[in-house]
Amino acid sequence: MQLDTYQILLADDDEIDRLFFKDAINELKIECNLITVNDGVQLMNYLKQKDITLPHLLFLDINMPRKNGMKALEEIRADERLKDLSIAIYSTSSSKKDVEEALLKGANIYINKPNDFEHLKKILFKAIKLNWQYHTSGLNKENFILSI
Amino acid sequence: MKLHVKYDIHAAGKAILKEQLELAGLSYKAINFGEVELINPVSPEKLAALNENLKTYGIEIFNDQKTDIIQKTKDVIVEMVNSDENLPAVKVSAYIAQRVNYSYGYLAALFSEVTFTSIENFIILQKIERVKQMILEGDLTLTEIAFKLHYSSVAHLSAQFKKTTGLTPTSFLSIIKKRRANNIH
Repeated sequence: MQLDTYQILLADDDEIDRLFFKDAINELKIECNLITVNDGVQLMNYLKQKDITLPHLLFLDINMPRKNGMKALEEIRADERLKDLSIAIYSTSSSKKDVEEALLKGANIYINKPNDFEHLKKILFKAIKLNWQYHTSGLNKENFILSI
Repeated sequence: MKLHVKYDIHAAGKAILKEQLELAGLSYKAINFGEVELINPVSPEKLAALNENLKTYGIEIFNDQKTDIIQKTKDVIVEMVNSDENLPAVKVSAYIAQRVNYSYGYLAALFSEVTFTSIENFIILQKIERVKQMILEGDLTLTEIAFKLHYSSVAHLSAQFKKTTGLTPTSFLSIIKKRRANNIH
């Protein structure tokens, strides 16, 4: 892909999940710069800084202390500067209700956290590629929805 | 006296680009990942002048032939998928090869190498995007959409839709409608 570096931001309170994610990203063919935060409050503090490069794709765990993923999602979509961020909800839940709620609140992607490492790599690759297509091929981002 | 400085190269590069584009009087839509999307076409002379100015900062405009070929391939596919005329009599691969003027084997390999997606997947993505638009427009039934976009059946369309997005066409429509009602995006 023609790009400087793909910026990914992960918000997840579980240290093992963060490591898992980081390893998966490192093994992908794509050059990614990964930043992680541990909860919703840290996330919003990070995003609200004026001088950062906004991530190309934000992965948001639903269950986090201090501020959970859904709440953060709502705040991001309501913020003038942040509302067009590509957001993937990253969750242990696979319930239809949670998927629908996340997508209704404006998430672009819903990912059901896999336990298998190879599976995680595949999912991340798919999410990143598709997000990239929306950035580069003039597709309508309003219709960007993916559930995996 | 020593000053300790740190700098963000991306931010600096982008700021210089913006400044130079504005000095040259060029309007742009976006600056992303080493690409600048200009609103209007620019004369070669103006481009050369801009390039000279940028070079003093170590920034250079380059003509990447591979990128041009990929872009042309994408453009041909997008046009093909969105056209209302029937697909040409030749196979899709032959059609693309002919329009872009390179062998299909070469195009397929180049496309995958640069975009990490195959041409087939790109075509499917574009088709599904069109299906989404048509579903949202609401003028045609799913059967009519399937027919118009050359799917062998509604089942085939729904299967491909679900494979690409993880949702059925109906779920997709329902979510977008609800989002609009709640005024998200």
